Amino acid sequence: MSGLTQGERRELRIVGFLCNWCSYGGADTAGVARASQPTDLRIIRVPCSGRVDPLFVVKALLNGADGVLVSGCHPRDCHYGTGNFYARRRLEVLRRFLPVLGIDPKRFSYTWVSASEGQRWQTVVTRFTEEIHELGPAPRFMDAGPLEREIEQPASSPLHSLDSASLESLAALKQAIASRLPELDLVLGWQEGRDKAHLVPLFIRTPEDLDRLAIGPLAVHNLAVYLPELKGRKVGIVVKGCDGRSVVELLQEKLISREDVEIFAVACHGTFDTGRIDQALGRYQHLESVRMDGKELRITCDGRERHFSLENDSSTKCLHCKTPLSPLSDHSFGSAPSVGEGDSTPPDLARLDAMTLDERRAFWRSQMERCIRCYACRNACPLCVCRDHCISDTREPHFTTQESTAKEKFFFQIIHSLHLAGRCTGCGECQRSCPVGIPILALREHLIRVTDELFPEYRAGMTVDAAAPLLTYSVEEPHIQEREW
Amino acid sequence: MNCYRFLAKDALSAFLAFLAERERVLVPVEKNGARSSVVFEEWHEGLPFTMLKSTVPPKAAVLPQCEVLFTCRRVPDEGDQNRHVMVLDDTLTAQPTVIVATRPCDARGFAVLDRPYLNGLYQDPYYAARRKELTVLTLTCPTGCESCFCHWVGGGPSSPEGSDVLLTEIEGGYLCQSVTEKGRSLLERSALPDGEDRLASMQEARKKAYQSLGRAPDLKTAPQRISERFSDLDFWNRWTEACISCGACTYFCPTCYCFTITDEGDPAHAEGGRRLRSWDNCMSSLFTREASGHNPRRKKAERMRNRISHKYATYPENWGVFSCSGCGRCVSNCPTGIDIRAILLSALGKEEDMISHGTQSKETGQ
Repeated sequence: MSGLTQGERRELRIVGFLCNWCSYGGADTAGVARASQPTDLRIIRVPCSGRVDPLFVVKALLNGADGVLVSGCHPRDCHYGTGNFYARRRLEVLRRFLPVLGIDPKRFSYTWVSASEGQRWQTVVTRFTEEIHELGPAPRFMDAGPLEREIEQPASSPLHSLDSASLESLAALKQAIASRLPELDLVLGWQEGRDKAHLVPLFIRTPEDLDRLAIGPLAVHNLAVYLPELKGRKVGIVVKGCDGRSVVELLQEKLISREDVEIFAVACHGTFDTGRIDQALGRYQHLESVRMDGKELRITCDGRERHFSLENDSSTKCLHCKTPLSPLSDHSFGSAPSVGEGDSTPPDLARLDAMTLDERRAFWRSQMERCIRCYACRNACPLCVCRDHCISDTREPHFTTQESTAKEKFFFQIIHSLHLAGRCTGCGECQRSCPVGIPILALREHLIRVTDELFPEYRAGMTVDAAAPLLTYSVEEPHIQEREW
Repeated sequence: MNCYRFLAKDALSAFLAFLAERERVLVPVEKNGARSSVVFEEWHEGLPFTMLKSTVPPKAAVLPQCEVLFTCRRVPDEGDQNRHVMVLDDTLTAQPTVIVATRPCDARGFAVLDRPYLNGLYQDPYYAARRKELTVLTLTCPTGCESCFCHWVGGGPSSPEGSDVLLTEIEGGYLCQSVTEKGRSLLERSALPDGEDRLASMQEARKKAYQSLGRAPDLKTAPQRISERFSDLDFWNRWTEACISCGACTYFCPTCYCFTITDEGDPAHAEGGRRLRSWDNCMSSLFTREASGHNPRRKKAERMRNRISHKYATYPENWGVFSCSGCGRCVSNCPTGIDIRAILLSALGKEEDMISHGTQSKETGQ
């Protein structure tokens, strides 16, 4: 079988996931027919292409595979009926996800070969192997050096006005909660934390608790994260637009019940990037005052006043927000700003777009080095619902090791992102919660962009009776090319 | 006899280069990301560093996030080809390390770790080897800050415990004061000029720092009062509601030392097997989940109770001091803003002290 690997060409490591019923049979047919094939491919037989978790592919690519090929039965010809329909969506999302990780998408391919198509198999494997040889051995993640050029974060203008108008709804909101409180076990909101610049979650049970309720651009936490653990209790929740989408997504996935949750929606006019505020305040001893005036926030500590504005210091997620008011609510407060048209590429993502693949690997490696795996990103995510059964904590299957390398930590971010593909509403809690400020939201934002391209009719967290695109399929996929030839 | 030397600001890099001749030098480095953070990194010529308090304490210098306890390989027996033997390699590697510009709370953290790891029933050889090779050059704090509380728990902005040398910022540079013999010989080896003539400025700076602190509540009864709260689950529930059970508070703590051990790899495989020890945290429910599936601390309130009790009740019962150095990182790094000071004071019935500390009153808990 050495016909195509002539000369002294070094063999590369290509992993093939082949479905038992079609492609594995196709490879067998090619072998029986003595069709010559390159020998770089290491075949792993799987029951169905639908069994191929995109994480298999990423794990192989991160751990030294030079290429990965997935092949299954032709669409509409799955042994199990629908397995490859699911696979097609997942693998296409994966293919478009790889570049943001700094992995050349040409190193991954998925296709369809039936058991009788020995010749097609020969062509598929030969072409893919040739492509991988053209690319050469894959660069290793841990070999990525420091990022050598400064890449400016492009300026971005918000899609809707950002100001403190949401504060005006406080009195009406309090009144509504007060009237509903006797019927509810508790209501989730915000209150001042260790000082006025740091709001924290509030669990309202009594009118005295309600007195402490605070809202506004410093109310950053997405309180939907608490809903699944409160399932079975009557819970009221105060939501910004993005938080409301998380509630919808939780309802859609039946993790909470509609009759148990009462939504108090506040029209959001933007939130501050609290990390940026903390950085600007630096080390201080006493916070004297916090005043919000239109777009301006004035914080005085240790006798020094500092100014922040929502235009310059808002959370980046607010710049491309199209949902200032929750899509689902029982009570709503304030008027939502009108959302304009414009480039909605988040600035962190735009910066990654401006990098080469090598630079992206260098970027992620240098950023992930300081992760200490506290998993605040995971636990603050309202849609990270496996809780104590996270794949990163299990020994069987052994997806991640305890080794504290940047690669392992990055792989966890990939796991989280892929598990959220099509479900993530971009609330940004993963990034806000990261105490060492790793800009991990960009990975999720890229996946949102990918799912928007492939499934434009769907936006996560907008309608309760919809289904997330990777949890369903359609027989014909208008935005996915079925095969190249 | 203490040794005093003066380190001029512009001589800092030369001093680091002098240290780096013999040892790995860890310095605080500012990282830009979604928010800026400060972590310890190995210094090399030209590395920009900062004297800011680090976001992540330098605990990893003695207790790495993950370390290999041993590697093992299954190899054919030389005498009998039909048999295999397991070869273990548990060679200790402890790189001589000097930490520069850590803070007194972090240095006191090393003292907290020393007690169970060095002075307990068993001495931990891995920890002991690294600790022996560690030199701690601590920068005393110029002021307190809104989230830290070292003076509540027996420390202070110039506390020497756990440090080998104390650096205090004075005009033009830092006055270096040796605390231990190790620190003294280091300073004497260095080419730093004598600093005794600047002692007055050092004392002035330290006094100013101490005076900047708010009133500290009396925590003498904390072990007893917290133990009394043990069965008051309502109390713990109330204070834990906002907790999302991540590990930020423990992993950023200079005094938390729990770990897990896992066997990875395969001794029969070419790469071999390895036993790893890595950080674990009591805020995760998996921390106490037993093989049977039973979990004695299933609720997050029970886990918070464990963390607080360990720091302010059981550790002091064993060692006479709190296992908290008041660095405040659990406060500043908590994604949901849980404030350990408020829990502590509430357990003690001293909520009014939060006000004097510049933190809002928490009479009713949340």
